[in-house]
Amino acid sequence: MNYEAWVLEALLAFPLVTAIAVLLRPVREAKWIALFATLIEFLISVPLWWEFDPTVALMQFQVARPWIAGWGVWFRLGLDGISLFMVLLTTFTMPLAVLSSFNYIREKERAYYALLLVLTTGMLGVFLALDLFVFYMFWELMLIPMYFLIGVWGGPRRLYAAIKFFLFTFVGSLLMLVAILTIYYYVGRATGTYSFDYYHLLSNIQVTDRWAFWLFGAFFLAFAIKVPLFPFHTWLPDAHVEAPTAGSVILAGILLKMGCYGFLRFALPFYPNVVLDPMVATVVVVLAVIGIIYGGLVAMVQPDFKKLVAYSSVAHLGFVMLGIWAATVQSLEGAIIIMISHGISTGALFFLAGMLYERRHTREIAAFGGLAKVVPLLAAVLTIVVLSSVGLPGTNGFIGEFLVLIGSFGIYPWAVVVAATGVVVAAMYMLRALQRIIYNKLDNPENEGMLDLSRRELAVLLPLIALIFWIGVYPAPFLRRIEASTSMLVEQVRGAQAPAPFETGGRR
Amino acid sequence: MPATVGWVWLVLLFPLAGFLANGAISVLRLDAKRAVTTIGVGALVLSFLVAVAVMAGLAGAPADAPYVLSLWQWMPAGRLEIELALQVDQLSAMMLLVVTGVSMVIHVFSVGYMGEDPGYARYFSYLNLFVFFMLVLVLGANFPVMFVGWEGVGLCSYLLIGFWFENEAFANAGKKAFIMNRIGDVGFLLAMFMIFQAVGTLSFIEVFEYAPRAFAIGGTAITLITLALFVGAIGKSAQIPLYTWLPDAMAGPTPVSALIHAATMVTAGVYMVARANVLFAMAPISSFTVAAVGAITALFAATVALKQWDIKKVLAYSTVSQLGYMFMGVGVGAYAAGIFHLTTHAFFKALLFLGAGSVIHALHHAYHHTHSSEEAQDMRNMGGLRKWMPLTATFMWIATLAIVGVPGFSGFFSKDEILAATFARGHEAAAFYVLWAVGVVTALLTAFYMTRLMIYTFHGPNRSGEKEQQHLHESPWVMTGPLLVLAVLAIVGGLINLPAVLPGSGWLHHWLEPVTELSAAYLPEVHLSHSTEWVLLGFATLVAALGIIGAWRLLKPAALKPAREAPEETGIQKVLLNKWYVDEIYDTLIVRPIMWVSENVLWKVIDKGIIDGFGANGSANLARAMGWLGSRLQTGYLGTYVFLFVLGALILLRVVTGWEL
Amino acid sequence: MLLGPSLGLSAVLFSLGVAGVLFRRNAIVIFICIELMLNAVNLSFIAFAQQLGRSGQVIVFFVMAVAAAEAAVGLAIMIAIYRHKDTIDVREINLLRG
Repeated sequence: MNYEAWVLEALLAFPLVTAIAVLLRPVREAKWIALFATLIEFLISVPLWWEFDPTVALMQFQVARPWIAGWGVWFRLGLDGISLFMVLLTTFTMPLAVLSSFNYIREKERAYYALLLVLTTGMLGVFLALDLFVFYMFWELMLIPMYFLIGVWGGPRRLYAAIKFFLFTFVGSLLMLVAILTIYYYVGRATGTYSFDYYHLLSNIQVTDRWAFWLFGAFFLAFAIKVPLFPFHTWLPDAHVEAPTAGSVILAGILLKMGCYGFLRFALPFYPNVVLDPMVATVVVVLAVIGIIYGGLVAMVQPDFKKLVAYSSVAHLGFVMLGIWAATVQSLEGAIIIMISHGISTGALFFLAGMLYERRHTREIAAFGGLAKVVPLLAAVLTIVVLSSVGLPGTNGFIGEFLVLIGSFGIYPWAVVVAATGVVVAAMYMLRALQRIIYNKLDNPENEGMLDLSRRELAVLLPLIALIFWIGVYPAPFLRRIEASTSMLVEQVRGAQAPAPFETGGRR
Repeated sequence: MPATVGWVWLVLLFPLAGFLANGAISVLRLDAKRAVTTIGVGALVLSFLVAVAVMAGLAGAPADAPYVLSLWQWMPAGRLEIELALQVDQLSAMMLLVVTGVSMVIHVFSVGYMGEDPGYARYFSYLNLFVFFMLVLVLGANFPVMFVGWEGVGLCSYLLIGFWFENEAFANAGKKAFIMNRIGDVGFLLAMFMIFQAVGTLSFIEVFEYAPRAFAIGGTAITLITLALFVGAIGKSAQIPLYTWLPDAMAGPTPVSALIHAATMVTAGVYMVARANVLFAMAPISSFTVAAVGAITALFAATVALKQWDIKKVLAYSTVSQLGYMFMGVGVGAYAAGIFHLTTHAFFKALLFLGAGSVIHALHHAYHHTHSSEEAQDMRNMGGLRKWMPLTATFMWIATLAIVGVPGFSGFFSKDEILAATFARGHEAAAFYVLWAVGVVTALLTAFYMTRLMIYTFHGPNRSGEKEQQHLHESPWVMTGPLLVLAVLAIVGGLINLPAVLPGSGWLHHWLEPVTELSAAYLPEVHLSHSTEWVLLGFATLVAALGIIGAWRLLKPAALKPAREAPEETGIQKVLLNKWYVDEIYDTLIVRPIMWVSENVLWKVIDKGIIDGFGANGSANLARAMGWLGSRLQTGYLGTYVFLFVLGALILLRVVTGWEL
Repeated sequence: MLLGPSLGLSAVLFSLGVAGVLFRRNAIVIFICIELMLNAVNLSFIAFAQQLGRSGQVIVFFVMAVAAAEAAVGLAIMIAIYRHKDTIDVREINLLRG
């Protein structure tokens, strides 16, 4: 059978099967099974890079099987330029997450690795689903493993964090369920075909226009909490701080992107008029910009390194939201690039925070200092990752921010002016932390005997660093694959309102 | 494209490879000092040779349009198309030569200066990386690629200022430099956004070609764009109000100060304005702002330099001041003059810094031998050093005469050209005469503080200490050799662009014409008669002489006490010594309030208090309160439950059957 | 058999049972009262079965079976409670109080 026919289903099924295998085999094999499972999963997904046709804007690799046919629920999957990199990011992150847990997780290993694998399926399902029922199912499915990852293997305040995480997300997703059912019902009544099919609902969405604002609001809340958009962000620092390293990495790297992905896949194409409504747009853009500055300023005063990174996520995701709402080709491509590169850079930062924690059993920035002297390799890696997070040109961070800002400038010039100062704030908090961790005097004797990165840790970090530079120096292959789908999305959203073509000069 | 011009990517490749190799050696803690030296210096030598070849290729095949070497597509997104492309034209080739040449000399010097530092490999890897980014900045064929270099040099500056990171103040200085640079970078970014919005492309050739059609002369758009670009230049080139990082940057090793904070990186702003000369020429308001900020900075920094005791701080403020001159030059439309001064300044200021480095090196060794903790950079601890360090003293005198503007030395010609260009525009508006006057006063102050530096360092009695004097000696040839090369350049550097009144004049001016002619249409025709020019030259000479003689007469090095015995300064002297308290003002008005608000308002009140306390935990508490209310029904007595059950059943019966009670 | 009197008796028995459950304290007595209510229902099933067919009688067997099972479980619970608290007075048993 050819690759495109089975790949998506295989991606979803394989982790579930191996999760069972993890549970059945002896404890000492658990981590190895999980590692190989996630590696194979990654290898399965890699050919998507070549098989994906960058000229096609619509869904590729489509699959459709009846599931609860009576309700119009079909198992519909597909992949386009927007979801492609989310899928690859997920399959790429998971082996690293497993590998980084080898020393950190000492108890209930089988359950831990099984949950990680179930989580993989859940996350991939969200990105692949083309049926709103299936989408919602996966959306909730990934919530449960994450809840346990935080609640069982987390830090001292893990229960508070886990429940907070769960409730925040759940409130939003319940409203989303109501919205999905409403759309399903009215579209079904109007067309006579009751179906959760994404394209069926999308092409008949106008029958719900009377309630567009409220339906959009329900989606908005679900996704905005997940992003998280200021002021729905307070679950994030708690969840990040308490979660085990791999949990934080997955949370930052992938889960946050689901909110952004939801906006791109559902909220924008469904209700472009609400999105572009001046009132709504102003509110969202202002919140996004507040998130950029506010997240950065709050990050600056955090004594806890993980919390600092968590607040920096709020700032980065503010850029994504700005890019999504500007809805130009550049800003959307930039938003997707930030989604990818935030997964890489922030993921790497959490890995490093975990490695520091394993060495010193503290996350307090003040407990470190002068590490560049004892662990030069770790210091070098941390520097590179911090610079990528700061958005230094030549690293991945710059590409996304630049595209978002240049794409949004024509639409929201003032928001861009304020957002651009976010790069200064980013430098302030990140360099402050960097200095207090690896520079200054080595004044804590406990840091003197610190070990440099082990081979296993290098194996976790080097792929991330390679990607940091790849996307920074040669992002064109990524952008080419994203372009067709985002251009189509821009047309969907802007429709007739597309800005007049450029006239004063330029090549085209 | 001539073949040698096509090699230009090699100029970038060597320093990058050097960075990677030395970086690996440093991180893996290999003991390979000889290899580090070979790689670090070798990369620069190769790079310089290629640069010479590129220059020769360009000179041999002059073309009107710049050569663009496109490496690969960088950021294609919709109608935005950005390529990683290098541009070779007369301006970038000139800069290429200056950057690689001066860098090479300073690399050689560093071999001696940093020889005993444990971070030797790290040092050379950073230095190579810096050269790489500086060349990217110079060679970029569009604004984003230039920006890569622009931020990249800022990064290297950060890494090198904080090179001795164990000292918290040094690490802070690095961070400060990076952040202040970034404030400027926001301006650069916004300028790019506006240019793209207006012109639809970011490549230099296209932007400059379309600009006349896209913008109205002196219009809002072009004015905003150029002002934003200039904000970027202010940050990078340490002009008011973003100059305070540069004096702090002296925390880095002295060759770094010579290379980054005198000869190359800080002049990037000037280079950028010259590069975008069309845009600036189309925006007279911006251009005047450039010139005015430059003039004010020049004067202001010169006043601070008058009273500094740290030899490097004097030079740092002197650099800020000289950068002000360059901005004055490019601001009045004398782009070639700005680049000319940039070039000569690179020679004599690098020489001054390296000379200072040589002095510090010697003093540091002396104090090291006697286990003294005296400050090796404080001029109050120097004096009379020419006895021990004749070569260094000679070379530094040459540089001093150059910067002061003594006729025949390079600085004389370049400074004069800027002042003449400013003066020439005086007939348009009297404001230009004011700028010229500011420039002349600055020249006077420059002559004074530079002479002061020389007197206190090399003349008069020695204040280093009895024991230390025995350990003072001239630096090795690996350090004096580079000084010699730079000294020669500082003398003859002026030859590349002699003023119009002298024979064989204006080579650089003609050479840069293909780049600057774009803007010529928007600038008023300036012409000075030969007699006026002679008068100006004579006046400049007079001012320089006045400054030098004034310093000789007024300063009494014999009365100076070593740093530890020095009395507290008072009055205006104290204000100058403390640099007009600008750092303190910034700290009180900007830095502390931001930190305080972030911690106490944003985090503790809004985040933890309102959103979390009121919103999240508030709703949790509300749910708990409702639960408590409900739990009051749960008496635990069977009777209550049964009673409620029966009651409920009866009500249900009533509702379902409609049965009347 | 007359339907009216049967249903009347059933209603009386049921009401007695409800009153017993409501007002008695001894768990055994409450238990017996529950049985009383069940049997009152059984009685009305049988009465209706006379007129509506035999399926009502089948239900009665189900009820008796359930009642037997309930008696077994209920008594077991009560023994457990007695062992634990030395009483089966329902006022003393209020672990569920909120």
